[in-house]
Amino acid sequence: MSDLLKIVEAEYAEKKAAFPDFKAGDTVNVHVKIKEGNKERVQQYKGTVIQRRNSGLNETFTVRKISGGVGVERIFPVLSPSIEKVEVLRKGKVRRARLFYLRGRQGKAARIKEKL
Amino acid sequence: MSGIIGKKIGMTSVYGADGRNVACTLIEAGPCVVTQVKNEEGDGYKAVQLAYDERKEKNTPKAMKGHFERASTTPKKKLVEFRNFRVEFENEVGLGDEIKVADVFAEGDFLDAIGTSKGKGFQGVVKRHNFAGVGQSTHGQHNRERAPGSIGGASYPARVFKGMRMAGRDGGNRVKVTNLEVMKIYPEHNLILISGSIPGAKNSYVILEK
Repeated sequence: MSDLLKIVEAEYAEKKAAFPDFKAGDTVNVHVKIKEGNKERVQQYKGTVIQRRNSGLNETFTVRKISGGVGVERIFPVLSPSIEKVEVLRKGKVRRARLFYLRGRQGKAARIKEKL
Repeated sequence: MSGIIGKKIGMTSVYGADGRNVACTLIEAGPCVVTQVKNEEGDGYKAVQLAYDERKEKNTPKAMKGHFERASTTPKKKLVEFRNFRVEFENEVGLGDEIKVADVFAEGDFLDAIGTSKGKGFQGVVKRHNFAGVGQSTHGQHNRERAPGSIGGASYPARVFKGMRMAGRDGGNRVKVTNLEVMKIYPEHNLILISGSIPGAKNSYVILEK
């Protein structure tokens, strides 16, 4: 990458460094800012991280949860200003970086062992 | 119209004020030097000529050397004329003045960018003129899926009309993209970050106009 592009991206370096460290398999609680008209409130979205993707400014992570019996996946950019904070609730022990196999599983079969 | 000359550095994305991720192009713009000021009396119209990008002395023709000497500056590669440059400051812009990005643009401004699009070589009619192609590969379409089709009548008019869109050299044209927003300016590095994409390869010249 061009050195000059780094000048632009340096702005986000601090935010990136302060971002909590978590991987696929971990359970996280994402605090998302939501705008409703003029009001802004924070919604929590709790689930399992099934992948982290891309690098640098474009890095995103996907959180999967079961909501009302339906699987829901949400993709968050790591540097998104609408993320207030991310809490890491539980470290998971998994053997791969992309947990797409969870999509075909439910209940007991979709459990992930805790990494101690 | 005021403006500045620059070089395309590359693209990245930043988060705007509303939290949206915006694709942006980074341009190293200026500093440019005023090498000629044209006025109503002598030239019939008002304009300012800007020069950008250092040029080696040995690669500069003598005639151009004289031109740069008159503005008491070093030889430059790219010269562009801007008509009615910064109308409100017309009298302030003089020969040899240095123009920087921050002098011309501010964050939140909208500008037009002119560049030379990437050369595509000899291209067919589908890529070059957005023809739809034949549309199917059966019913007798042996190897003519991207053919142009008819190019006119036969015995009348007995010729092909001028300007008929056909295959040929594509790209490498001067292209102007309008209404791009200035996301950010880095005056200390002579950089300007513009929303959207800009025609041309990296390190190609870009003219920014307001």
